[in-house]
Amino acid sequence: MTSILEVCNLKKAFGGLAVTNNVSLSLNPGDRVALIGPNGAGKTTFVNLVTGNLRPDSGMVRLGGETITGLNPMRRVRKGLVRSFQVTRLFQDMTPAEHVALAILQRDGRSTQMLGHFSHMPDVTAETGELLSKLGLHDFASSKVSRIAYGQQRLLEIAIALALRPKVLLLDEPAAGVPQSDTGRIEQALAELPADLAVLMIEHDMDLVFRFARRVIVLAAGEIIFDGSPAEVTKDARVREAYLGSYAYVSSVA
Amino acid sequence: MAALMNENAIAGKPARVRLAGSDLLGVAIVIAAAIAGYFLFPNNLALLTRIISIALLVLSLDLVTGYCGVATLGHAALYGAGAYAAGMAAVHFGITDPLAMMAVGILAGTAAGLLSGVIVLRAHGLPQLVLSIAIVHLFHEAANKASSWTGGSDGLASIAPDPLLGLFEFDLWSRTAYVFGVVLLLVVLIVLRLVVRSPFGMLCRGIKEDPIRIRAMGASVHGTIMRMYAISGAVAGVGGALNAISTQVVGLDSLSFTLSAEALVMLVLGGTGSLYGALIGTVSFLWFEDIVSAANPFHWLTIVGALLILVVLFAPRGLYGTASAFLERRQEARR
Repeated sequence: MTSILEVCNLKKAFGGLAVTNNVSLSLNPGDRVALIGPNGAGKTTFVNLVTGNLRPDSGMVRLGGETITGLNPMRRVRKGLVRSFQVTRLFQDMTPAEHVALAILQRDGRSTQMLGHFSHMPDVTAETGELLSKLGLHDFASSKVSRIAYGQQRLLEIAIALALRPKVLLLDEPAAGVPQSDTGRIEQALAELPADLAVLMIEHDMDLVFRFARRVIVLAAGEIIFDGSPAEVTKDARVREAYLGSYAYVSSVA
Repeated sequence: MAALMNENAIAGKPARVRLAGSDLLGVAIVIAAAIAGYFLFPNNLALLTRIISIALLVLSLDLVTGYCGVATLGHAALYGAGAYAAGMAAVHFGITDPLAMMAVGILAGTAAGLLSGVIVLRAHGLPQLVLSIAIVHLFHEAANKASSWTGGSDGLASIAPDPLLGLFEFDLWSRTAYVFGVVLLLVVLIVLRLVVRSPFGMLCRGIKEDPIRIRAMGASVHGTIMRMYAISGAVAGVGGALNAISTQVVGLDSLSFTLSAEALVMLVLGGTGSLYGALIGTVSFLWFEDIVSAANPFHWLTIVGALLILVVLFAPRGLYGTASAFLERRQEARR
């Protein structure tokens, strides 16, 4: 299978500190990959390099075989590289229906249309309704975002991302800040993501990682130290060291 | 009135019906107010025409500030560009047909809008505000220095527009100018209602709240605001040209920082991010100013200042914004 997202030898240094050091990875359509790593490992920088918010010092990012290293974030989104945010970024005065409709219109290049209203566009309302129902948001479609629960706002973030019909989806801690009682619904939404979509999830919650990911990548000090199955990651000595430092060996010494 | 306030209700059939109804009601109220003004104040039609002209400036400002979140204290540059262009077309080029002068004003306003947009959008927040002030000062100074074209500090006088449509003379009582102004305002209002409700309008509201989210949807923030700046310039140009045609003189005050700041005050007074708020803010500010300055010529500015403080403290969303939020809450409580 040809990879949809390819990252080759990506490097980024701030001052003398190499925050992303020679990172290479590739994602195939349908992949479910979790990117984990201790604080300061360079996860956020890596995401920003992939989405185009930061320029790498060297290296390359390819989407569907096309080099996108020089494109700004906006163009990358249009090519199918979509991200969600760790802290929801939604419009408080708008309804979920408006959010999703706006994303659909933008995807179709109709968001600058100056006539008409989306509720008069049957194709848009139909797709909006379908996406909101799929994520269990249909009952709140017309409430202002400021009035719906945070867990529902997180689901809306996913709905917006899906409305853009991505090829690669970067999920930045999709369950962050959500009360335990609501995480089940989010996990369900993650399980129901389109089968051919390549998903890279940045996550701290290891339970979620083990349930969702079929492949785990561990980043530490700007480098990939592990790339393999979830079953192997806990046994890997370097991963244990990265997370626990020398404490990893305390038990074996003592 | 309750239906009129509900302009934010979206999606779902009842909301849609209410929306169309609220637009008709809004337009009907403006027409009723215009007719009432004509018969109640037959000797003050010049003042009423000036209010319409300024209302167009405030509407124009609302488009970039209220809908897109651009901070500007230099919006009179767009209005003055329209006024001077219409005036100079008549004085220097013999274009005295009022509709042609209006077209020239719209073009000049649009051009000034695009120019302001290109400069102002280089920065955000306070630097953006400073850039906008610099722009209006530069426009003001250019009009002041190019006195052979603009009349400099004496103003551009002897603008003599032809009868409107060849039929209606611009009379001493401003009857023609007033009716012309009302029609222009209605056309602009209807067009802008369509624009702010459209997908483009929704995109603008999104940009105002969170440009990063809009970029993450793959939309261009800069390109969108530039489009809005062009529309805003055209609307300000209509206001400026109306002023040139109705008063037959254009002064440097139409390009001033003071007018820019006053327009912002009127917008905040009425409520940003709503077309009716812009209209209500303009009418109440200018009307109040007129009454108070007649009643107490010595302390009227103090009274206007006190009013503004009261509004900002007790109705921070402006007259219209506060009233509509109040009605929305009551409606929800009833449900």
